[in-house]
Amino acid sequence: MRELFEQFDVWAAFWMTIKLSLWSALWALVLGTLLAIMRVGPVRILNVVGSAYVNVVRNTPLTLVVLFSLTVLGTRLGIQIADQNSPTFLTDEAVRWAIFGLSVYHAAFVCEALRSGVNTVPVGQAEAARSIGLGFGQSLRHIVLPQAFRGAVAPLASVAIALIKNTTVATIIGVAQTSYFMAEAIEFRPDLIWELFALIALFFLAITLPIGVGLTSLSRKVAVKR
Amino acid sequence: MAEPLVVLDGVNKYFGDLHVLKDINLTVAPGEVVVVIGPSGSGKSTLCRAINRLETIESGTITIDGEELPQEGKALARLRSDVGMVFQAFNLFAHKTILQNVTLGPMKVRGVKKAGAQQRAKELLERVGVAHQAAKYPAQLSGGQQQRVAIARSLAMDPKIMLFDEPTSALDPEMINEVLDVMVELAESGMTMIVVTHEMGFARKAAHRVVFMADGEIVETAEPEEFFTNPQSERAKDFLGKILTH
Ligand SMILES: Nc1ncnc2c1ncn2[C@@H]1O[C@H](COP(=O)(O)OP(=O)(O)OP(=O)(O)O)[C@@H](O)[C@H]1O
Ligand SMILES: [Mg+2]
Repeated sequence: MRELFEQFDVWAAFWMTIKLSLWSALWALVLGTLLAIMRVGPVRILNVVGSAYVNVVRNTPLTLVVLFSLTVLGTRLGIQIADQNSPTFLTDEAVRWAIFGLSVYHAAFVCEALRSGVNTVPVGQAEAARSIGLGFGQSLRHIVLPQAFRGAVAPLASVAIALIKNTTVATIIGVAQTSYFMAEAIEFRPDLIWELFALIALFFLAITLPIGVGLTSLSRKVAVKR
Repeated sequence: MAEPLVVLDGVNKYFGDLHVLKDINLTVAPGEVVVVIGPSGSGKSTLCRAINRLETIESGTITIDGEELPQEGKALARLRSDVGMVFQAFNLFAHKTILQNVTLGPMKVRGVKKAGAQQRAKELLERVGVAHQAAKYPAQLSGGQQQRVAIARSLAMDPKIMLFDEPTSALDPEMINEVLDVMVELAESGMTMIVVTHEMGFARKAAHRVVFMADGEIVETAEPEEFFTNPQSERAKDFLGKILTH
């Protein structure tokens, strides 16, 4: 096991996986919330756009989304999302497009998790909110979404865990995270293959397990009593 | 007579092919208490909800304090804030405490400061007899207590009129009176009220007028005593015969 750490920068790979996970989770949550609002709102055209987004993205392989992000949006269309003057420009570009692809993809699942949360909120809650004079936005913000988020914690936990594991797809555009390190190690140190797989499985377990357990107990704690 | 507070003029409402409100005309004066009664499915809830525009109408006009109900947006929200609504299922905000349920509207809609809103909320909770429950959540209260909080929540907006849609029919019998008492007190204080209920005791004690609906129409309007003892229409006689034998 020690040899792996000596020969490869394992910590950097792990750290990159964590970075990808955190940033993608954040953006996916933001974009997914917007999509959920579009889907449950009263504006027909936004309903259509929101559901089209979810259905297209959910039925596209993640590999394709990530690859498309860097090669088509980044390279072909020349959209730059990293600092061009940075010495690590090319790596940064790949990392950011990976985050972009992961966010865009998981936003669809966040949207559906939130929508299932919204469905736990009885219509009477929104009607009561409107009847005291709250506008559409206010009743979303103060009444419907807070309850929807509580009802969505458990499904959101599944999305978070899937997202963390899915960051391994970033290998396809050369982002040096855990699965990239794994591929290298398999090639150069096939003798350490048992240790390697054990290490990586442990690493993922070490982050996903607490998240699963933590969020499940949180979802029980914040559950809205009716 | 003073300017009417609520005027429904030729209101029609359909759910698909179903004609639920048929050419409804109704005028309610300030301070008047109107009880709406009628068989299940006759459109009582729909009438109530239309006045708050929780349901849209296909034709006719609804005017509140001289102002026609706006279609959407800010103007509608403002008008709704003047019309209190008490639901059969209470609909207290489940994730907020009793106190927060009552302060939310004044703070977010009227821009009242927190301290002032809490002060007022406590007075109102006192008035409906649940002040000691202020820190609890709705699910921790009995149905009767929840409904009284719902009344306090509406009152906190200083509404011009209050609508009640079968406020006691989801309650256990022993809790009905605690809610009706609050409503009677409210009626005596001069609040304008439209109340859908089958509680004849309340109608006799507090109502100025009973409106009898059947199949989406207003069939008969009379003073409570007159209506219960000497109904004019066949349908009212038939309906009263049924509920009186229970
Ligand atoms: N959202 C809806 N969609 C379709 N039909 C509806 C809807 N709401 C009510 N209806 C129908 O409209 C008619 C009137 O309903 P409404 O709820 O106003 O009656 P009600 O007099 O309040 O009856 P109840 O005493 O049972 O509460 C009924 O036939 C009902 O089935
Ligand atoms: Mg009804």
